[in-house]
Amino acid sequence: MKKIFSKMPDALVRLLVVFVALAILGAFVVIVLIPKDTKDVKKQWADAIRREQAKPVRYAGFHACGECHDKIYEKKKTGYHRDLSCETCHGPAYAHTQDPDKVKPVIPKERAFCPLCHAYNPSRPRGFPQINPVAHNPLKPCATCHNPHDPKPPTTPKECSACHGEIARTKAVSHHVQLECTTCHQTPQQHKIAPRSVKPSKPQNREFCGKCHAKDAKDRMARNAPRIDLADHGEKYVCWQCHYPHSPEVE
Amino acid sequence: MNGRRKFVRDALAFLVSISAIGGTLKLLPAKAFAREAPRKGKWYGFGVSVDKCIGCARCMESCKTENDVPRAPFFVRTWVERYVIRKDGETIVKAIEPNVEGIPETAADREILRSFFVPKLCNQCADPPCVQVCPVGATFQTGDGVVLVNVKTCVGCRYCIQACPYGARYLNPTTRTADKCTFCYHRVSQNLLPACVEVCPTQARIFGDLNTGVSVLTRFRRMNKIHVLKPALNTEPKVYYAGLDGEVR
Repeated sequence: MKKIFSKMPDALVRLLVVFVALAILGAFVVIVLIPKDTKDVKKQWADAIRREQAKPVRYAGFHACGECHDKIYEKKKTGYHRDLSCETCHGPAYAHTQDPDKVKPVIPKERAFCPLCHAYNPSRPRGFPQINPVAHNPLKPCATCHNPHDPKPPTTPKECSACHGEIARTKAVSHHVQLECTTCHQTPQQHKIAPRSVKPSKPQNREFCGKCHAKDAKDRMARNAPRIDLADHGEKYVCWQCHYPHSPEVE
Repeated sequence: MNGRRKFVRDALAFLVSISAIGGTLKLLPAKAFAREAPRKGKWYGFGVSVDKCIGCARCMESCKTENDVPRAPFFVRTWVERYVIRKDGETIVKAIEPNVEGIPETAADREILRSFFVPKLCNQCADPPCVQVCPVGATFQTGDGVVLVNVKTCVGCRYCIQACPYGARYLNPTTRTADKCTFCYHRVSQNLLPACVEVCPTQARIFGDLNTGVSVLTRFRRMNKIHVLKPALNTEPKVYYAGLDGEVR
């Protein structure tokens, strides 16, 4: 060992000593001075998970409300809003479950609230109940006519558009604007009371549309309707596979 | 044997043996690190029915309330995009704003071919790019498959925000750390549903454990044609979409 050192130039030996001292100092800092928590990633992650789990809950969940508000809870179960959580409309209510007297959830009474879901928007899925907030009983709060816990039309609707607003609005700007819904759909009276169990009829065949649109159609309303030859138009398909009857695409 | 040939042979042998050692010991950061669903325990997943979303933004509202997300519109953990696809092929995508009743286009706009809402959130990828890029190990995947951010060690360098192909992360201006959807980890660990799933009025959002045999999520995945966002990136997202349009990125 001594031989090697004596063979080395003096400057190199000194340099080596400095390097060794620095390495020992570095090891001391890393092993002793830096606290263990900052080096152990697994422990940091476990801490982070614990912190995340300790965060306060704001929404109590759908079961909590039924414990006290059983009547409304049971009523809501039977209506169209049965799948809705109470907190969807009433807002976060965990604080209310902890201290029912002090903290009260909101009751959205203003007219602007319900249209957040029920205003007409062409991107909403077909069949979702939508109204035109400007034209639908202006200025009246929704709750005057509809019970939000069991929503349905307050009176038996006279017009189809009360429920089928999207179709009505589409039809209103189409070539079929003059046609009544009942021209094509036979609607039993019962449909207005039990809409899901008694359904209106729908046209079944090409000949139905042909009453107005066939070459030799004699219907008085169809004087200006575009005519086609049922025998060679549209091949094997029925009319509504290409033309949407509430807004026929033909220009 | 001449020196050059020996050198080439030795170099090749070195490379082969090093890669064999690296491969068996999993020293190299390769696909070997991708998490697969564990056989036991929870492995959380999420379902989105695009056809059911009505774009009411209750999910965005509840998320901000539950998780103290800043109220400004561009800080979001979950958001809903509105797609309008026009006849000329143009696709307009815009994130909707909560509590603003948009001026609906009339049904008379015949230039619109189809239109729909797409809810988006962190995909909680099984192989998350955000975790790979974090220089300080502040973002990580829990044992049940949720990607979390450790706010104590995050330095706010925004690498993960850049790396996320879904744009699911943002920099929280109050904590100055990266923030993202946690599947409401504090709620989920108490057997509550995530806030957005809780308030969704049409059940367009579904949450569950992918390892359970019978659950809403299992049924959702069995009964629908399922797609995930950007599958080609091999991030293996755990947010499953039913009825997803090809235009959605």
